[in-house]
Amino acid sequence: MTAEVDAFVASHPLFAGLPAGVTSEIAACCRTVAYGPDELLLVEGQPADTLFLVQRGRVAIEIHGADRGTLVVETVETGGAVGWSWLFPPYRWNFDARALGPVGAVAADATCLRAKMDADDEFGRLLVTRVAGVLLERLQATRLRLLDLYGADRAG
Amino acid sequence: MLAETAAAVRGRPPLGPEPLEPVPHRVVGCRKETDDVTTLSLESLSGATPTFAPGQFNMLTAYGVGEAAISVSSSRREAGALRHTVRDVGPVSAALCRARLGDVVGVRGPFGKSWGVGEADLATGDVVVVAGGIGLAPLRGAIDELVHRPDADGGRVFVLTGARDPSQLIFGDDLEAWGRAGAVVAVTVDTAPRGWTGHVGLVTSLLGGIDCDPGTTTALICGPEIMMRFTAKALVDRGIDPRRIKLSMERNMQCGLGWCGHCQLGPYLLCRDGPVLPYGGDVARLMTERER
Amino acid sequence: MRTGGTATIDRHGLDLLIAALAEAGFDTKGPVVREGAIMPGAIRTSADLPVGVRDAQGPGHYRLEHSGDDRLFDWAVGPGSWNAEFFPPSQELWRSTSTGDITSHARPGPGSTRPLAIVGARPCELAALAVLDRVLLDGAVTDPDYAARRADAFVMVAECGTPAATCFCTSMGTGPAATGGFDLALTELDGGGQRYVVRVGSDRGAAFLEGVPHAGAVPTDLTARDRRLASAAAAIVRTVNSDRVAGLLADSIDHPHWDEIAERCLACGNCTMVCPTCFCSDVSDTTDLTGEVRRDRTWSSCFDLDHSYLHGGSVRVSVSSRYRQWLTHKLSTWWDQFDTSGCVGCGRCVAWCPVGIDLTEEVAVITADDGRAGPASGPLPATESESVSESGSAGGTP
Repeated sequence: MTAEVDAFVASHPLFAGLPAGVTSEIAACCRTVAYGPDELLLVEGQPADTLFLVQRGRVAIEIHGADRGTLVVETVETGGAVGWSWLFPPYRWNFDARALGPVGAVAADATCLRAKMDADDEFGRLLVTRVAGVLLERLQATRLRLLDLYGADRAG
Repeated sequence: MLAETAAAVRGRPPLGPEPLEPVPHRVVGCRKETDDVTTLSLESLSGATPTFAPGQFNMLTAYGVGEAAISVSSSRREAGALRHTVRDVGPVSAALCRARLGDVVGVRGPFGKSWGVGEADLATGDVVVVAGGIGLAPLRGAIDELVHRPDADGGRVFVLTGARDPSQLIFGDDLEAWGRAGAVVAVTVDTAPRGWTGHVGLVTSLLGGIDCDPGTTTALICGPEIMMRFTAKALVDRGIDPRRIKLSMERNMQCGLGWCGHCQLGPYLLCRDGPVLPYGGDVARLMTERER
Repeated sequence: MRTGGTATIDRHGLDLLIAALAEAGFDTKGPVVREGAIMPGAIRTSADLPVGVRDAQGPGHYRLEHSGDDRLFDWAVGPGSWNAEFFPPSQELWRSTSTGDITSHARPGPGSTRPLAIVGARPCELAALAVLDRVLLDGAVTDPDYAARRADAFVMVAECGTPAATCFCTSMGTGPAATGGFDLALTELDGGGQRYVVRVGSDRGAAFLEGVPHAGAVPTDLTARDRRLASAAAAIVRTVNSDRVAGLLADSIDHPHWDEIAERCLACGNCTMVCPTCFCSDVSDTTDLTGEVRRDRTWSSCFDLDHSYLHGGSVRVSVSSRYRQWLTHKLSTWWDQFDTSGCVGCGRCVAWCPVGIDLTEEVAVITADDGRAGPASGPLPATESESVSESGSAGGTP
């Protein structure tokens, strides 16, 4: 862990405002990573072992279907976070995440985070609450996209 | 009071041009923006083009079909023809989209309240413009003037636009030009085809990537009502004053003059009091009330 | 004779007045009995007015009765109002070739090009015209056809001595006396003398009055007029709390009673068609085989689904929301839009509702509480137990 990572974790929207003791505990599980264009951050079916905090670049959350090719479900940019399946058994990724260009991120080791959550209920509560906040935002955005607001089927 | 009213009527000067009579304009430009969106450039047969402010609309007549309210999508920085960007959603808009060079289209207007670009509250400070789909059309003239504000005192312009998919994006050239002129431009789509390396997600997800100063920010939003509602909420969460968030509201409009009664939204006649209204005040509530 | 002056005329004087108006080029119209109702129509003499006719009105009820006497104005209001003379139910706006050359337009309007003289408009009907003036004259742009019709019209009002059970003009401040907007105001005096107190509202009115036999109004005449109008006011039973109704309705958008009304409301739009202030209109184009395009403006109703149509669907689909739109517009948002009430208390919507929905009653229910806390006062338990026992068969729920 470096002071730089510590500072980034403390200022990332996912964790900003949490007590310094908590963010440094998270940062203690983190390392910086970098990906080139088209490199996969996570792969469907593989063990879900990382939470990515995006520092720069754009990550596509993807899924592929035989007849439809690769479909980008959503993109995550600077200030966003990627990877939630590490929180829930069986800890396997459900989507792919691909770098759409150079991507820099801080990667938190999920085993490390889970161990700290098991050991410290308050730490666990704070972490889950923050993650749930982002998931709620994503859920709401997904619901609105389901409505196909700009759809052309409203012609009268 | 009644006697005064009647007396006032009798004392009125001779009537001007019939307000319900369209002024014939010739189509001097047609540009297909997407499969169902066309921009028409119109020139008055009599030569006179009325002044407008971005955000206002005209009633366009497709002769023999009918009349529809269409926002002006010109910039006042552009000389010449009046532009309207029309999406084919009904008989009149379909006929307008089918118009060819040389055809005659009727124009009445402009009507309604504008975005207020050029007025004091938008002269300085950050401006966040959020558009969904064809919602970029009534904002086009506003953005074009905003990115060329003469003395913006450091205020920046953010243009966030969302569309169903990349083929539905309009004004690609303009987005590039605004970016070159200094605006922060971001585009997102709901559905990405292969090869798309841009943003994918709801237009509100673009807000996370901008660093506007909430204390000076004015927001201009136009798009489907639900999109505007959620965008406005997200901006309020960012600390932006709800009274400085402006929305372009839409209801059935048949006259533009406050006479036909169709465009009511609670206390507002949108053709007269809108279409641009502040989110703060009662609009936030009206948007959540069913069937208003 | 000056504005504000008073006189009396008799039936013969009234006939001469009508004749003088016709002679001066006015298209003389007044209330006439037509198809079982009192409606605006052409008149040549006072004999064309509803002589000896009364109207019996209630929620969903309107009947004419013949008294056998020779009084002219012992009725309240019929379904038609004078708004239609100035803002026609259907009006051609213009014609054009398909290439946009306007070949004609409506001004000064179809039918008569002569100015209108109304003999026997009601005070609430003049108030309704003043409300329409706010919409069509006093905005940023003036409706030229309406303005032209309105500017030339001569108005003789007949103050109300015999209100109907559906009237509530006293709540809305529009009757039974006329306070302005007329050239001459008539009050039919009691008894069989066929005498009328006339008040002068304009120079033009004075000129016409001076042209016919008239006498000065003596104090007993004026007292008789006051007594007649006071007894009319006292006979009005329906009320609306006009001081507070606008704000209370604005706060009652989610009141459960709107749904209850919707169970009775047929969304037929009768209330909007008989309302003298309803101004909503549709604009439609038609083309003939020669390529000529014609645009018409036609009355429309907020009860029509299409009224709130927005590419793909209507905003107000439920009957509940459409009734709510109508009522809150009349009594609440009209103030926001035009700085006046949209309701003049004529009671037409009550009488001509086929299921007898009574605006005054619905307003009282909706504004009695905030829609969530139950009635603010009153014997709630007794009312509840009564309604339970009475509705045992109709309610369907044990």
